[in-house]
Amino acid sequence: MAVRVSTADFDISAEMAKLTEGDAGIGGVALFVGKVRGDVQGEPLASLTLEHYPGMTEAELERIEAEARERFKLSASLIVHRVGELKPGDNIVLVIACAPHRQDAFSGAEYLMDYLKTRAPFWKKEALSGGRADWVDARESDDEAASAWFSKSE
Amino acid sequence: MTDQKINSEVTLRYFAWLRERAGVSEERLTLPPDVITVGDLLRWQSRRGHPFDQAFAKPEAIRVAVDHAHAKPTSQIGAAREIAFFPPVTGG
Repeated sequence: MAVRVSTADFDISAEMAKLTEGDAGIGGVALFVGKVRGDVQGEPLASLTLEHYPGMTEAELERIEAEARERFKLSASLIVHRVGELKPGDNIVLVIACAPHRQDAFSGAEYLMDYLKTRAPFWKKEALSGGRADWVDARESDDEAASAWFSKSE
Repeated sequence: MTDQKINSEVTLRYFAWLRERAGVSEERLTLPPDVITVGDLLRWQSRRGHPFDQAFAKPEAIRVAVDHAHAKPTSQIGAAREIAFFPPVTGG
């Protein structure tokens, strides 16, 4: 179980090997990588800058991870989120969920991402090639994806 | 000495467009005694004068965390050490 906020890129194979090492009970690993898209509604993106709230970010990611671990009986999990200035094609976020069976691994990874997107204090600012820079608006569909987990538990 | 409630000094932090509009990322101050809840604090910010009045003109677009945990407008500030203001999050 781990969370990490970093300006540096991550090595997916190395992270997965470290996370699963020595645990023969793991039968499935689901992994999600979020990347920087090269355009904003057709307009080329120059860079994406991620700001966060040091201290709260780690605390919130740990709360989300603890909930996912409990709910899906995860054997191991990892959240790595980058901050600072990123370019199109760069990695932004890595989520890994390990469980004895695949369904919990898939669901665990999805849950981690859904809650990360609605609760972890990160903010994106997009700089377009034309020179304009704007903060990204939150999406209602992200809130809906996260709250859907409530109804799934009933 | 009186038994009137005196708020202690608190750190206020601002992020993303709220930081840009408020023109400050962090400040330490003592809140007025009638600021009890997060909703009170948002109203106080919107009446604080330039540039906070503009930054806090739409309180429904602002999220608040008290001591590193998400808070609601009805949440009590209590003995909080750090209160943060920011737009809805957009990570991932």
